Amino acid sequence: MILVVAEHREGKLNRATLETIAAAQVAGGPVKIAVLGSGVDAVAAEVGKAEAAEVVTIDDPALKDYTADGFVLALEQLIAAEKPERVFLPHTYQTRDFAPALAARINRPLVTDCVSVKDGAYVRPMFQGKLQADVAVEGPHLATFQISAYRADAMKNGASAAAVRKASVAIDASKIRQKPEAPFKEAKQAVDLSQAERIVSVGRGIKGQENLQLAQQLAQAMGAEIAASRPICDAGWLPMDRQIGSSGQTVAPKLYVALGISGAIQHLVGMKGARTIVAINKDPEAPIFEIADYGIVGDLFEIVPAMIAELNK
Amino acid sequence: MKIAVCIKQVVTREWQLRVNDQKTWIRDQDASFELNEPDAYALEEALRLKEKHGGEVVVCCAGPARSTQVIREALARGADRAVHVESDALASADANAVAEALAGAIKDEGVDLVLTGLQSDDQGFGQVGVVLAEKLGMPHATIIMEVQASDGTLRVKRELEGGWFQWVGLPMPALLTIQSGINQLRYATLKGIMAAKKKEIKKITPAAANPSQHIASIYFPEKGKKTKMLSGSPAEAARELVKRLREEARAL
Repeated sequence: MILVVAEHREGKLNRATLETIAAAQVAGGPVKIAVLGSGVDAVAAEVGKAEAAEVVTIDDPALKDYTADGFVLALEQLIAAEKPERVFLPHTYQTRDFAPALAARINRPLVTDCVSVKDGAYVRPMFQGKLQADVAVEGPHLATFQISAYRADAMKNGASAAAVRKASVAIDASKIRQKPEAPFKEAKQAVDLSQAERIVSVGRGIKGQENLQLAQQLAQAMGAEIAASRPICDAGWLPMDRQIGSSGQTVAPKLYVALGISGAIQHLVGMKGARTIVAINKDPEAPIFEIADYGIVGDLFEIVPAMIAELNK
Repeated sequence: MKIAVCIKQVVTREWQLRVNDQKTWIRDQDASFELNEPDAYALEEALRLKEKHGGEVVVCCAGPARSTQVIREALARGADRAVHVESDALASADANAVAEALAGAIKDEGVDLVLTGLQSDDQGFGQVGVVLAEKLGMPHATIIMEVQASDGTLRVKRELEGGWFQWVGLPMPALLTIQSGINQLRYATLKGIMAAKKKEIKKITPAAANPSQHIASIYFPEKGKKTKMLSGSPAEAARELVKRLREEARAL
Protein backbone atom coordinates (compact mmCIF):
# COMPACT_ATOMS: atom_id res chain seq x y z
CA MET A 1 0.00 0.00 0.00
CA ILE A 2 1.15 3.51 -0.79
CA LEU A 3 0.28 6.32 1.58
CA VAL A 4 0.18 9.75 -0.07
CA VAL A 5 0.51 12.72 2.27
CA ALA A 6 -1.67 15.57 1.04
CA GLU A 7 -0.59 19.20 1.35
CA HIS A 8 -2.89 22.15 1.84
CA ARG A 9 -2.86 25.60 3.35
CA GLU A 10 -5.88 27.21 4.91
CA GLY A 11 -8.24 24.74 3.30
CA LYS A 12 -6.73 25.10 -0.16
CA LEU A 13 -5.30 21.89 -1.58
CA ASN A 14 -1.85 22.13 -3.16
CA ARG A 15 -2.15 20.85 -6.74
CA ALA A 16 1.12 18.98 -6.30
CA THR A 17 -0.86 16.58 -4.08
CA LEU A 18 -2.90 15.46 -7.11
CA GLU A 19 0.32 14.90 -9.06
CA THR A 20 1.64 12.74 -6.24
CA ILE A 21 -1.59 10.72 -6.12
CA ALA A 22 -1.16 10.21 -9.88
CA ALA A 23 2.39 8.95 -9.24
CA ALA A 24 1.10 6.50 -6.62
CA GLN A 25 -1.62 5.23 -8.98
CA VAL A 26 1.01 4.60 -11.67
CA ALA A 27 3.37 2.90 -9.18
CA GLY A 28 0.59 0.40 -8.43
CA GLY A 29 -1.15 -1.18 -5.48
CA PRO A 30 -3.78 0.31 -3.18
CA VAL A 31 -3.44 4.02 -2.42
CA LYS A 32 -4.43 5.73 0.81
CA ILE A 33 -4.33 9.48 1.26
CA ALA A 34 -3.42 11.15 4.54
CA VAL A 35 -4.70 14.64 5.34
CA LEU A 36 -3.23 16.41 8.36
CA GLY A 37 -4.39 19.62 9.95
CA SER A 38 -7.18 21.13 11.98
CA GLY A 39 -10.65 21.16 10.41
CA VAL A 40 -9.70 19.19 7.31
CA ASP A 41 -13.07 17.69 6.29
CA ALA A 42 -13.34 19.77 3.11
CA VAL A 43 -9.81 18.94 1.96
CA ALA A 44 -10.38 15.26 2.79
CA ALA A 45 -13.54 15.26 0.66
CA GLU A 46 -11.68 16.98 -2.18
CA VAL A 47 -8.82 14.42 -2.33
CA GLY A 48 -11.39 11.66 -1.80
CA LYS A 49 -12.53 12.18 -5.40
CA ALA A 50 -9.36 10.35 -6.44
CA GLU A 51 -9.41 6.61 -6.99
CA ALA A 52 -8.10 5.54 -3.59
CA ALA A 53 -8.76 2.87 -0.97
CA GLU A 54 -9.52 5.51 1.63
CA VAL A 55 -8.66 8.91 3.03
CA VAL A 56 -7.25 8.97 6.55
CA THR A 57 -7.33 12.23 8.46
CA ILE A 58 -5.45 13.46 11.49
CA ASP A 59 -7.54 16.35 12.73
CA ASP A 60 -5.90 17.99 15.70
CA PRO A 61 -5.68 21.60 16.93
CA ALA A 62 -1.92 21.02 17.36
CA LEU A 63 -1.68 20.70 13.58
CA LYS A 64 -3.56 23.90 12.78
CA ASP A 65 -0.36 25.68 11.80
CA TYR A 66 2.25 23.57 10.07
CA THR A 67 5.31 22.67 12.14
CA ALA A 68 7.98 20.09 11.33
CA ASP A 69 7.74 18.53 14.80
CA GLY A 70 3.94 18.32 14.64
CA PHE A 71 3.97 16.61 11.26
CA VAL A 72 6.72 14.18 12.26
CA LEU A 73 4.87 13.24 15.48
CA ALA A 74 1.60 12.73 13.61
CA LEU A 75 2.98 10.79 10.64
CA GLU A 76 5.25 8.64 12.79
CA GLN A 77 2.13 7.31 14.54
CA LEU A 78 0.05 7.07 11.38
CA ILE A 79 2.73 5.06 9.55
CA ALA A 80 3.11 2.74 12.55
CA ALA A 81 -0.65 2.12 12.48
CA GLU A 82 -1.25 1.88 8.72
CA LYS A 83 2.03 0.14 7.82
CA PRO A 84 2.35 1.41 4.24
CA GLU A 85 5.22 -0.09 2.24
CA ARG A 86 5.74 3.29 0.63
CA VAL A 87 4.95 6.87 1.55
CA PHE A 88 4.75 9.38 -1.33
CA LEU A 89 4.89 13.15 -0.87
CA PRO A 90 5.07 16.15 -3.21
CA HIS A 91 8.57 17.67 -3.24
CA THR A 92 7.46 21.01 -1.84
CA TYR A 93 9.24 23.33 0.60
CA GLN A 94 6.97 21.98 3.34
CA THR A 95 7.83 18.36 2.60
CA ARG A 96 11.51 19.24 2.46
CA ASP A 97 11.12 20.71 5.94
CA PHE A 98 9.80 17.59 7.69
CA ALA A 99 10.15 14.46 5.53
CA PRO A 100 13.89 13.87 6.13
CA ALA A 101 13.33 14.08 9.90
CA LEU A 102 10.37 11.71 9.63
CA ALA A 103 12.42 9.22 7.61
CA ALA A 104 15.26 9.36 10.14
CA ARG A 105 12.82 9.01 13.05
CA ILE A 106 11.21 5.85 11.67
CA ASN A 107 14.48 4.61 10.19
CA ARG A 108 13.29 4.33 6.60
CA PRO A 109 15.15 5.56 3.53
CA LEU A 110 13.85 8.63 1.72
CA VAL A 111 14.40 9.30 -1.98
CA THR A 112 13.73 12.96 -2.76
CA ASP A 113 12.91 14.93 -5.92
CA CYS A 114 11.94 11.92 -8.06
CA VAL A 115 10.60 12.38 -11.57
CA SER A 116 9.41 8.83 -12.13
CA VAL A 117 9.37 5.26 -10.87
CA LYS A 118 11.05 2.78 -13.21
CA ASP A 119 11.36 -0.97 -12.55
CA GLY A 120 11.25 -0.41 -8.82
CA ALA A 121 13.96 2.27 -8.95
CA TYR A 122 13.36 6.01 -8.60
CA VAL A 123 14.54 8.26 -11.38
CA ARG A 124 15.80 11.64 -10.19
CA PRO A 125 18.08 14.42 -11.40
CA MET A 126 21.57 14.83 -10.03
CA PHE A 127 24.29 17.43 -10.66
CA GLN A 128 21.63 20.12 -11.19
CA GLY A 129 19.82 18.15 -13.81
CA LYS A 130 22.88 17.55 -15.97
CA LEU A 131 22.72 13.86 -15.06
CA GLN A 132 19.90 11.54 -14.15
CA ALA A 133 20.14 8.61 -11.76
CA ASP A 134 18.13 5.48 -11.04
CA VAL A 135 18.15 5.17 -7.27
CA ALA A 136 17.49 1.69 -5.87
CA VAL A 137 16.10 1.37 -2.38
CA GLU A 138 15.46 -1.66 -0.19
CA GLY A 139 12.47 -2.29 2.04
CA PRO A 140 9.73 0.13 3.10
CA HIS A 141 10.63 3.72 2.24
CA LEU A 142 9.50 7.27 1.47
CA ALA A 143 9.75 9.15 -1.81
CA THR A 144 9.03 12.72 -2.86
CA PHE A 145 8.03 13.73 -6.38
CA GLN A 146 9.16 16.81 -8.24
CA ILE A 147 6.47 19.36 -9.10
CA SER A 148 5.01 18.65 -12.58
CA ALA A 149 6.77 15.27 -12.83
CA TYR A 150 3.31 13.74 -13.05
CA ARG A 151 0.26 15.55 -14.36
CA ALA A 152 -2.54 16.37 -11.98
CA ASP A 153 -5.09 15.76 -14.74
CA ALA A 154 -3.65 12.24 -15.18
CA MET A 155 -4.93 11.37 -11.72
CA LYS A 156 -7.73 8.83 -11.92
CA ASN A 157 -10.95 9.69 -10.15
CA GLY A 158 -12.85 7.00 -8.30
CA ALA A 159 -16.28 5.73 -9.35
CA SER A 160 -17.52 7.04 -6.02
CA ALA A 161 -15.95 9.13 -3.28
CA ALA A 162 -13.33 7.37 -1.16
CA ALA A 163 -14.27 6.67 2.46
CA VAL A 164 -12.88 9.16 4.96
CA ARG A 165 -11.71 7.85 8.32
CA LYS A 166 -10.32 9.73 11.30
CA ALA A 167 -7.13 8.13 12.56
CA SER A 168 -6.73 7.79 16.30
CA VAL A 169 -3.52 9.71 16.68
CA ALA A 170 -2.76 11.85 19.70
CA ILE A 171 -0.27 14.68 19.43
CA ASP A 172 1.49 15.98 22.49
CA ALA A 173 1.62 19.69 21.65
CA SER A 174 4.33 20.25 24.26
CA LYS A 175 6.70 18.29 22.03
CA ILE A 176 6.38 20.80 19.19
CA ARG A 177 9.48 22.97 19.43
CA GLN A 178 8.87 25.29 16.47
CA LYS A 179 6.63 28.30 17.16
CA PRO A 180 5.35 29.52 13.79
CA GLU A 181 4.04 33.02 13.14
CA ALA A 182 1.54 33.89 10.41
CA PRO A 183 2.87 33.61 6.83
CA PHE A 184 3.27 36.92 5.01
CA LYS A 185 4.29 38.33 1.64
CA GLU A 186 7.13 40.79 1.23
CA ALA A 187 6.30 44.28 0.02
CA LYS A 188 4.41 44.19 -3.23
CA GLN A 189 6.46 43.21 -6.21
CA ALA A 190 7.51 46.24 -8.20
CA VAL A 191 7.45 44.46 -11.54
CA ASP A 192 4.88 41.92 -12.57
CA LEU A 193 6.80 39.83 -15.05
CA SER A 194 3.82 37.54 -15.58
CA GLN A 195 2.34 40.26 -17.80
CA ALA A 196 5.44 40.63 -19.97
CA GLU A 197 5.09 39.49 -23.58
CA ARG A 198 8.80 38.86 -23.97
CA ILE A 199 11.49 38.22 -21.40
CA VAL A 200 15.27 38.17 -21.71
CA SER A 201 16.60 36.25 -18.74
CA VAL A 202 20.21 35.96 -17.60
CA GLY A 203 22.01 33.30 -15.60
CA ARG A 204 25.50 32.61 -14.31
CA GLY A 205 26.88 32.70 -17.84
CA ILE A 206 26.62 36.50 -17.81
CA LYS A 207 29.66 36.33 -15.49
CA GLY A 208 29.59 39.86 -14.07
CA GLN A 209 27.19 42.65 -13.21
CA GLU A 210 28.89 44.92 -15.74
CA ASN A 211 27.77 42.56 -18.52
CA LEU A 212 24.08 42.99 -17.71
CA GLN A 213 23.91 46.00 -20.01
CA LEU A 214 24.44 43.65 -22.94
CA ALA A 215 21.34 41.69 -21.94
CA GLN A 216 19.50 44.95 -21.38
CA GLN A 217 20.36 46.11 -24.90
CA LEU A 218 18.99 42.85 -26.29
CA ALA A 219 15.83 43.24 -24.20
CA GLN A 220 15.39 46.76 -25.54
CA ALA A 221 15.84 45.60 -29.13
CA MET A 222 13.22 42.90 -28.58
CA GLY A 223 10.78 44.93 -26.53
CA ALA A 224 11.35 42.57 -23.63
CA GLU A 225 11.59 42.78 -19.84
CA ILE A 226 14.83 41.73 -18.18
CA ALA A 227 14.81 38.90 -15.64
CA ALA A 228 17.24 36.41 -14.13
CA SER A 229 17.78 33.06 -12.51
CA ARG A 230 18.24 32.90 -8.76
CA PRO A 231 22.07 33.11 -8.53
CA ILE A 232 22.03 36.50 -10.29
CA CYS A 233 19.57 37.92 -7.75
CA ASP A 234 21.40 36.23 -4.88
CA ALA A 235 24.53 38.08 -5.96
CA GLY A 236 22.56 41.34 -5.94
CA TRP A 237 23.14 42.02 -9.65
CA LEU A 238 19.41 42.36 -10.22
CA PRO A 239 16.68 42.93 -7.62
CA MET A 240 14.93 39.85 -6.21
CA ASP A 241 11.67 40.86 -7.90
CA ARG A 242 13.29 40.10 -11.28
CA GLN A 243 13.81 36.47 -10.34
CA ILE A 244 12.13 33.68 -12.31
CA GLY A 245 11.65 30.26 -10.72
CA SER A 246 10.22 28.37 -7.79
CA SER A 247 11.26 31.05 -5.32
CA GLY A 248 10.48 33.91 -7.69
CA GLN A 249 7.90 34.62 -10.34
CA THR A 250 6.22 32.16 -12.69
CA VAL A 251 5.88 33.46 -16.23
CA ALA A 252 4.45 32.30 -19.53
CA PRO A 253 5.43 34.95 -22.09
CA LYS A 254 5.27 34.69 -25.86
CA LEU A 255 9.07 34.61 -25.97
CA TYR A 256 11.63 33.67 -23.33
CA VAL A 257 15.30 34.09 -24.12
CA ALA A 258 17.61 32.33 -21.64
CA LEU A 259 21.15 33.70 -21.73
CA GLY A 260 23.75 31.62 -19.92
CA ILE A 261 21.11 29.80 -17.86
CA SER A 262 21.92 26.12 -17.37
CA GLY A 263 18.32 25.25 -16.52
CA ALA A 264 18.12 23.87 -12.97
CA ILE A 265 14.61 22.60 -12.25
CA GLN A 266 14.01 25.47 -9.80
CA HIS A 267 14.33 27.82 -12.75
CA LEU A 268 12.49 25.68 -15.29
CA VAL A 269 9.31 25.47 -13.20
CA GLY A 270 9.06 29.25 -13.44
CA MET A 271 9.27 29.57 -17.23
CA LYS A 272 8.58 26.34 -19.04
CA GLY A 273 5.09 27.57 -19.86
CA ALA A 274 6.57 30.14 -22.26
CA ARG A 275 5.32 29.70 -25.83
CA THR A 276 8.72 29.99 -27.48
CA ILE A 277 11.94 29.37 -25.57
CA VAL A 278 15.38 30.32 -26.83
CA ALA A 279 18.49 29.05 -25.05
CA ILE A 280 21.99 30.36 -25.60
CA ASN A 281 24.63 28.52 -23.61
CA LYS A 282 28.22 27.44 -24.03
CA ASP A 283 27.54 24.00 -22.51
CA PRO A 284 25.86 21.68 -25.05
CA GLU A 285 24.73 19.44 -22.16
CA ALA A 286 22.94 22.25 -20.30
CA PRO A 287 19.43 21.04 -19.30
CA ILE A 288 17.92 24.27 -20.64
CA PHE A 289 18.30 22.83 -24.16
CA GLU A 290 15.88 20.07 -23.15
CA ILE A 291 12.98 22.49 -23.09
CA ALA A 292 14.15 25.09 -25.62
CA ASP A 293 12.53 25.51 -29.03
CA TYR A 294 15.65 27.14 -30.45
CA GLY A 295 19.14 26.60 -29.15
CA ILE A 296 22.53 28.06 -29.90
CA VAL A 297 25.62 26.50 -28.36
CA GLY A 298 28.22 29.20 -28.09
CA ASP A 299 29.58 32.28 -26.40
CA LEU A 300 26.75 34.62 -25.51
CA PHE A 301 29.19 37.55 -25.61
CA GLU A 302 29.56 36.93 -29.35
CA ILE A 303 26.01 35.84 -30.14
CA VAL A 304 24.06 38.52 -28.28
CA PRO A 305 25.80 41.49 -30.00
CA ALA A 306 25.14 39.78 -33.33
CA MET A 307 21.46 39.40 -32.40
CA ILE A 308 21.20 43.06 -31.39
CA ALA A 309 22.77 44.08 -34.71
CA GLU A 310 20.34 41.83 -36.59
CA LEU A 311 17.29 43.13 -34.71
CA ASN A 312 18.29 46.75 -35.26
CA LYS A 313 18.79 46.34 -39.02
CA MET B 1 27.55 31.40 20.47
CA LYS B 2 29.24 28.23 19.30
CA ILE B 3 28.25 27.40 15.74
CA ALA B 4 28.98 24.31 13.66
CA VAL B 5 28.78 24.78 9.88
CA CYS B 6 28.58 21.73 7.65
CA ILE B 7 30.27 22.00 4.28
CA LYS B 8 30.72 19.70 1.32
CA GLN B 9 33.20 19.61 -1.51
CA VAL B 10 31.60 19.17 -4.94
CA VAL B 11 32.87 19.21 -8.52
CA THR B 12 32.97 22.67 -10.06
CA ARG B 13 30.07 23.75 -12.23
CA GLU B 14 32.43 24.28 -15.14
CA TRP B 15 33.77 20.73 -15.08
CA GLN B 16 32.49 18.67 -17.99
CA LEU B 17 30.77 15.78 -16.25
CA ARG B 18 31.84 12.26 -17.09
CA VAL B 19 30.30 9.03 -15.86
CA ASN B 20 32.45 6.14 -14.63
CA ASP B 21 32.60 2.78 -16.45
CA GLN B 22 30.19 1.12 -14.00
CA LYS B 23 27.75 4.03 -14.47
CA THR B 24 27.44 4.33 -10.69
CA TRP B 25 29.10 7.70 -10.14
CA ILE B 26 31.03 10.36 -11.98
CA ARG B 27 34.63 9.82 -13.04
CA ASP B 28 36.02 12.50 -10.81
CA GLN B 29 39.72 11.58 -10.62
CA ASP B 30 40.58 14.45 -12.95
CA ALA B 31 37.81 16.80 -11.86
CA SER B 32 38.25 20.20 -10.25
CA PHE B 33 36.43 20.79 -6.98
CA GLU B 34 34.92 23.67 -5.04
CA LEU B 35 32.91 24.49 -1.95
CA ASN B 36 29.24 23.57 -2.43
CA GLU B 37 27.72 26.99 -3.06
CA PRO B 38 24.70 26.69 -0.73
CA ASP B 39 27.15 25.80 2.07
CA ALA B 40 29.10 28.99 1.38
CA TYR B 41 25.99 30.95 2.39
CA ALA B 42 25.68 28.90 5.60
CA LEU B 43 29.35 29.59 6.39
CA GLU B 44 28.90 33.31 5.72
CA GLU B 45 25.86 33.42 8.00
CA ALA B 46 27.82 31.68 10.77
CA LEU B 47 30.67 34.18 10.44
CA ARG B 48 28.21 37.09 10.63
CA LEU B 49 26.50 35.63 13.71
CA LYS B 50 29.88 35.23 15.38
CA GLU B 51 30.80 38.83 14.56
CA LYS B 52 27.55 39.95 16.18
CA HIS B 53 27.34 37.64 19.18
CA GLY B 54 30.91 36.39 19.70
CA GLY B 55 31.79 32.72 20.02
CA GLU B 56 33.32 30.21 17.70
CA VAL B 57 32.69 28.79 14.22
CA VAL B 58 33.62 25.15 13.74
CA VAL B 59 33.61 23.80 10.20
CA CYS B 60 32.48 20.18 9.85
CA CYS B 61 33.01 18.24 6.67
CA ALA B 62 32.28 14.60 5.81
CA GLY B 63 34.20 13.58 2.73
CA PRO B 64 37.35 12.09 1.22
CA ALA B 65 40.89 13.41 1.87
CA ARG B 66 40.64 15.91 -1.00
CA SER B 67 37.95 17.80 0.95
CA THR B 68 40.80 19.50 2.83
CA GLN B 69 40.74 22.03 -0.02
CA VAL B 70 37.33 23.42 0.93
CA ILE B 71 38.02 23.11 4.67
CA ARG B 72 41.10 25.36 4.22
CA GLU B 73 38.96 27.72 2.17
CA ALA B 74 36.39 27.96 4.98
CA LEU B 75 39.13 28.52 7.56
CA ALA B 76 40.63 31.22 5.34
CA ARG B 77 37.26 33.00 5.22
CA GLY B 78 37.24 33.14 9.00
CA ALA B 79 36.11 29.88 10.62
CA ASP B 80 38.12 29.07 13.76
CA ARG B 81 38.80 25.37 13.39
CA ALA B 82 37.55 22.27 11.61
CA VAL B 83 36.54 18.66 12.08
CA HIS B 84 37.01 16.45 9.04
CA VAL B 85 35.23 13.10 9.02
CA GLU B 86 37.38 11.43 6.43
CA SER B 87 36.38 8.51 4.25
CA ASP B 88 36.48 7.89 0.50
CA ALA B 89 33.04 6.28 0.68
CA LEU B 90 31.51 9.59 1.79
CA ALA B 91 32.11 11.15 -1.66
CA SER B 92 29.00 9.46 -3.05
CA ALA B 93 27.27 8.32 0.15
CA ASP B 94 23.55 8.78 0.73
CA ALA B 95 22.15 11.53 2.95
CA ASN B 96 21.74 9.25 5.94
CA ALA B 97 25.40 8.18 5.89
CA VAL B 98 26.61 11.77 5.51
CA ALA B 99 24.36 12.97 8.33
CA GLU B 100 25.54 10.10 10.55
CA ALA B 101 29.17 11.05 9.89
CA LEU B 102 28.48 14.73 10.62
CA ALA B 103 26.56 13.83 13.79
CA GLY B 104 29.67 12.01 14.98
CA ALA B 105 31.69 15.17 14.48
CA ILE B 106 29.20 17.52 16.16
CA LYS B 107 27.56 15.60 18.99
CA ASP B 108 30.30 16.17 21.59
CA GLU B 109 31.06 19.76 20.58
CA GLY B 110 28.26 21.28 22.67
CA VAL B 111 27.23 23.74 19.95
CA ASP B 112 24.36 26.24 20.19
CA LEU B 113 23.63 26.25 16.50
CA VAL B 114 24.26 24.05 13.46
CA LEU B 115 24.04 25.56 9.99
CA THR B 116 23.99 23.71 6.68
CA GLY B 117 23.36 24.70 3.09
CA LEU B 118 20.02 23.94 1.53
CA GLN B 119 21.25 21.07 -0.60
CA SER B 120 24.35 19.89 -2.40
CA ASP B 121 25.11 20.72 -5.99
CA ASP B 122 25.97 17.06 -6.71
CA GLN B 123 23.34 14.59 -5.45
CA GLY B 124 20.99 17.32 -4.30
CA PHE B 125 18.78 15.21 -2.04
CA GLY B 126 18.32 18.21 0.26
CA GLN B 127 18.12 15.92 3.27
CA VAL B 128 21.38 16.01 5.22
CA GLY B 129 20.60 19.05 7.38
CA VAL B 130 17.17 17.87 8.52
CA VAL B 131 18.32 14.26 9.10
CA LEU B 132 21.26 15.63 11.10
CA ALA B 133 18.89 17.65 13.30
CA GLU B 134 16.94 14.48 14.07
CA LYS B 135 20.13 12.56 14.87
CA LEU B 136 21.32 15.35 17.18
CA GLY B 137 17.88 15.64 18.80
CA MET B 138 17.70 19.33 17.83
CA PRO B 139 14.70 21.28 16.51
CA HIS B 140 15.20 22.59 13.01
CA ALA B 141 13.90 24.99 10.40
CA THR B 142 14.71 25.04 6.71
CA ILE B 143 15.22 27.42 3.78
CA ILE B 144 16.11 30.29 6.10
CA MET B 145 16.47 33.87 4.84
CA GLU B 146 17.19 35.66 8.14
CA VAL B 147 18.43 34.66 11.58
CA GLN B 148 17.78 36.56 14.81
CA ALA B 149 19.35 35.14 17.98
CA SER B 150 18.93 36.24 21.59
CA ASP B 151 18.90 34.64 25.04
CA GLY B 152 19.02 31.05 23.91
CA THR B 153 16.22 31.39 21.39
CA LEU B 154 16.09 31.89 17.67
CA ARG B 155 13.63 33.71 15.46
CA VAL B 156 14.19 32.76 11.83
CA LYS B 157 12.58 33.72 8.55
CA ARG B 158 11.56 30.68 6.52
CA GLU B 159 11.02 31.03 2.82
CA LEU B 160 7.78 29.40 1.68
CA GLU B 161 6.76 28.99 -1.93
CA GLY B 162 5.32 31.65 -4.22
CA GLY B 163 6.85 34.67 -2.49
CA TRP B 164 5.55 33.86 1.02
CA PHE B 165 7.64 33.93 4.18
CA GLN B 166 7.12 33.01 7.80
CA TRP B 167 8.90 33.75 11.06
CA VAL B 168 9.44 30.73 13.28
CA GLY B 169 10.68 30.66 16.88
CA LEU B 170 12.98 27.87 18.06
CA PRO B 171 14.85 27.07 21.26
CA MET B 172 18.61 26.55 21.00
CA PRO B 173 20.49 24.38 20.30
CA ALA B 174 18.92 24.14 16.87
CA LEU B 175 19.77 23.39 13.27
CA LEU B 176 18.99 25.65 10.32
CA THR B 177 19.34 25.02 6.61
CA ILE B 178 20.26 28.29 4.96
CA GLN B 179 18.77 29.55 1.70
CA SER B 180 21.23 30.77 -0.91
CA GLY B 181 21.17 34.54 -1.24
CA ILE B 182 20.57 35.20 2.49
CA ASN B 183 23.74 37.31 2.56
CA GLN B 184 26.58 38.52 0.39
CA LEU B 185 29.55 36.17 0.44
CA ARG B 186 32.99 37.31 1.50
CA TYR B 187 36.15 35.98 -0.05
CA ALA B 188 39.29 34.90 1.69
CA THR B 189 41.90 37.60 2.16
CA LEU B 190 45.62 36.88 1.88
CA LYS B 191 45.82 37.38 5.64
CA GLY B 192 43.00 34.88 6.09
CA ILE B 193 44.73 32.34 3.87
CA MET B 194 47.95 32.68 5.89
CA ALA B 195 46.07 32.41 9.21
CA ALA B 196 44.21 29.32 8.01
CA LYS B 197 47.47 27.39 7.75
CA LYS B 198 47.81 27.48 11.52
CA LYS B 199 44.24 26.52 12.33
CA GLU B 200 43.40 23.07 13.61
CA ILE B 201 41.77 20.41 11.40
CA LYS B 202 40.80 17.46 13.57
CA LYS B 203 40.42 14.23 11.59
CA ILE B 204 38.04 11.51 12.66
CA THR B 205 37.01 8.24 11.05
CA PRO B 206 33.31 7.55 10.57
CA ALA B 207 31.65 4.39 11.80
CA ALA B 208 30.84 1.99 8.96
CA ALA B 209 27.58 3.09 7.34
CA ASN B 210 24.91 0.73 6.14
CA PRO B 211 23.52 2.28 2.97
CA SER B 212 19.78 1.84 2.49
CA GLN B 213 19.72 3.29 -1.01
CA HIS B 214 22.24 3.37 -3.80
CA ILE B 215 22.70 4.71 -7.31
CA ALA B 216 21.91 1.77 -9.58
CA SER B 217 22.77 3.79 -12.66
CA ILE B 218 23.72 7.37 -13.51
CA TYR B 219 23.55 8.69 -17.05
CA PHE B 220 22.95 11.71 -19.26
CA PRO B 221 19.22 12.35 -19.70
CA GLU B 222 17.79 11.43 -23.07
CA LYS B 223 17.14 14.34 -25.34
CA GLY B 224 13.38 14.38 -25.64
CA LYS B 225 12.54 17.61 -27.31
CA LYS B 226 12.77 18.68 -30.88
CA THR B 227 14.99 21.62 -30.08
CA LYS B 228 16.13 23.30 -33.27
CA MET B 229 19.84 23.81 -32.79
CA LEU B 230 21.16 26.69 -34.87
CA SER B 231 24.78 26.44 -35.89
CA GLY B 232 27.29 28.49 -37.82
CA SER B 233 29.25 31.58 -36.84
CA PRO B 234 27.74 33.85 -34.16
CA ALA B 235 26.52 36.21 -36.90
CA GLU B 236 24.98 33.37 -38.92
CA ALA B 237 23.31 31.76 -35.89
CA ALA B 238 21.99 35.14 -34.72
CA ARG B 239 20.60 35.94 -38.17
CA GLU B 240 18.91 32.54 -38.43
CA LEU B 241 17.47 32.86 -34.93
CA VAL B 242 15.98 36.31 -35.49
CA LYS B 243 14.54 35.15 -38.82
CA ARG B 244 12.90 32.11 -37.24
CA LEU B 245 11.58 34.09 -34.29
CA ARG B 246 9.95 36.50 -36.74
CA GLU B 247 8.68 34.13 -39.39
CA GLU B 248 8.30 30.71 -37.78
CA ALA B 249 7.50 31.38 -34.11
CA ARG B 250 6.02 34.84 -34.73
CA ALA B 251 7.41 35.86 -31.37
CA LEU B 252 8.86 39.20 -32.48
